[in-house]
Amino acid sequence: MMTDQEQKIPLWRDDRFWRIAGQVIVVIGVIAFFGILGSNLVRNLQQAGIGFSFEFLGNNASFAISESVIPYNPSLDSYSRVLMAGLLNTLRIAISGIILTTIVGIFAGIAQFSDNWLLRKLSVIYIEIVRNTPLLLQLLFWYAMFLQLPSVEEKFDLAGIIFLSKRGINLPFPASPQIWLWLAALVVTAIAAFFLWQWRTKIIVEQGQSGQPQLITLWLTVITAILIIVFGFGWQAPQSPEPGTIETGLRLSIEFTSLLMGLVFYTGAFIAEIVRAGIQSVPKGQWEAARSLGLKSGLVMRLVVFPQALRVIIPPLNSQYLNLVKNSSLAIAVAYPDLYNVANTTFNQTGRVIQVILIIMITYLLLNLIISLLMNLLNISVQLKER
Amino acid sequence: MHKWSSLLLAVTLLVAPLSACGSSSDTTSGGNSRLDVVKGRGELVCGVDGSIPGFSYLDENGEYSGLDVDICRAVAAALFDDPNAVQFRNLDSTERFEALKGGEVDMLSRNTTWTISRDTAIGMEFAPTTFYDGQGMMVRTDSNIQSLEDFEGKSICVEAGTTTELNLTDNMRELGVNFEPVTYQQADPAYAAYAEGRCQGMTSDKSQLIARRSTLPNPDDHILLDITMSKEPLGPVTVDNDSAWFDTVKWVTYALVEAEELGITQENLAEMKESQDPTIRRFLGIEGTLGEDMGLPNDFAARVVNHIGNYGEVYDRNLGADSQFNLERGLNDLWKNGGLLYSPPFR
Repeated sequence: MMTDQEQKIPLWRDDRFWRIAGQVIVVIGVIAFFGILGSNLVRNLQQAGIGFSFEFLGNNASFAISESVIPYNPSLDSYSRVLMAGLLNTLRIAISGIILTTIVGIFAGIAQFSDNWLLRKLSVIYIEIVRNTPLLLQLLFWYAMFLQLPSVEEKFDLAGIIFLSKRGINLPFPASPQIWLWLAALVVTAIAAFFLWQWRTKIIVEQGQSGQPQLITLWLTVITAILIIVFGFGWQAPQSPEPGTIETGLRLSIEFTSLLMGLVFYTGAFIAEIVRAGIQSVPKGQWEAARSLGLKSGLVMRLVVFPQALRVIIPPLNSQYLNLVKNSSLAIAVAYPDLYNVANTTFNQTGRVIQVILIIMITYLLLNLIISLLMNLLNISVQLKER
Repeated sequence: MHKWSSLLLAVTLLVAPLSACGSSSDTTSGGNSRLDVVKGRGELVCGVDGSIPGFSYLDENGEYSGLDVDICRAVAAALFDDPNAVQFRNLDSTERFEALKGGEVDMLSRNTTWTISRDTAIGMEFAPTTFYDGQGMMVRTDSNIQSLEDFEGKSICVEAGTTTELNLTDNMRELGVNFEPVTYQQADPAYAAYAEGRCQGMTSDKSQLIARRSTLPNPDDHILLDITMSKEPLGPVTVDNDSAWFDTVKWVTYALVEAEELGITQENLAEMKESQDPTIRRFLGIEGTLGEDMGLPNDFAARVVNHIGNYGEVYDRNLGADSQFNLERGLNDLWKNGGLLYSPPFR
């Protein structure tokens, strides 16, 4: 006897079959699509008489760039070197941008909950203006602003320490030959201070002591750190031996500064909204409970609300960091030689568009995957520990 | 679930052949020349710069004018007997070759220097030079800069992706001068930054500097240094491996020069058609099949002269005596007058 279950369902009515077949067809479709694109590309390249190789990267780049973190000599160095210089310029923007934009964003976000009316309104105005205008426009605005600075010959001289001119902002820069030694000393001091702080908290909480002697030692480490920074680093102020030139010191070109300002204030406005959303997601009861313990509103925010808000803040914050890194390619509008700008010139001079675009895509992808990875680790650390 | 997969299947089946069609019809392969594409379209798509007075400039009325623009119009006149059958596309120096290779424009006519690597490695084909130029340097009159050596520690504005950028680097390397290049993707921001004083110098082709100086706030505050850093032969460009189309652009350009050499102008064209001189009769398409052999109308040269004039007229109108620039012909004169312009015979 045949039961119902042994009776075969026709293949075309079998849901399981279609499930698998659908997947297979999609995979074949995707492969075919990229296959067509690829073969089309190879055929077109052959027709134009250009092979697909990366050998051009070893050729002499022979175009100069305005600023570089690593030494770069256009007469000797290759395209790979100039691309590396561009990448480091991008990293310079990305790292300083992420740090500053976090500060600006968190400050502006929290300011919206401030008891101070002016601060509250100012942050709302900042966020609404910046969030609703295009970034490119803002970059050009900052660049136009910096172009209004006086010429190098007639630079603003702030106490002989800071020079402001059309070429950039010149700041004092550590020039001590033993800079690494002093930095190491600074790190040791910081670690000592951290443990002192923990020890102090512990004895106050557990033994009910005042912690006064520890506080004094803590202040001593702080003073040591300041002394190291002021005297050990060998700060060198920018100098102008003859009119029209500025030597030594740290130069932030107006291209770098306008890009940094544009990115920081633009991304900062979005982060401010993320921070606001995160804070508002913390139940009102938490505020009330914290206040009922007698905490002042600043302490309520720092100790109770903000740590809980982080759970909501970090995932979208990650996206904003990624946006900042990607938007840094708008550097091209303000003549800052970042990776994209340099790569653009490279493929223009060599004609190897596809190879260079591939390099750019892979580099930005790697950069952003690394940021995502770090942010995910941070995210895990602030999640609720469920046991 | 299976609704989804059948939908995806349908989409995939639809998209795959479409993309295949799209990719094969875009290429100029299989004897399908750009010439046929342009003729079929009834309009020429010409890539120009659009921001250099005297070469290609879009004025307030939306009208293009300049030497480069007239070359485009000459090709349109030869093909369609209508100098206005041109669609202009403004291209900056970094996008021009890709726009051409991708078939977005039929030809370039925009201050593009003929170099060996562009001709070979980048896959371009350069029609005869329409303007012989050299790279110069513009500085402020009151800047005390007289030579390239004076740029030690100073900055120079330059447009990215140009031969200018490379020549500047080469020249400065030779002199051992440390300077700061500030490279802009487009001419407009580069000149704006120079005008604001971001750079002490602005470098480009001399003709372009002269033309651009006229658009600066106070043209008299700026001078060109008496330096020529390189030779810059500028001319129209087509894409590699399309002889029929390249020949068209090449011979339309030569027709402008040949017309000047034969003394044929817009005004005397009608009389010249009555001429018994076989050279002139062949050139104007009254005798022989010079035009038809190229797949053009036989009287293509006559059409060019009728609508555009000869090279001398084009030059005078845009850059020379009849323009605000009043540039000497110099190298851009006929070979008979000591210049470099020379057309191979039309026979």
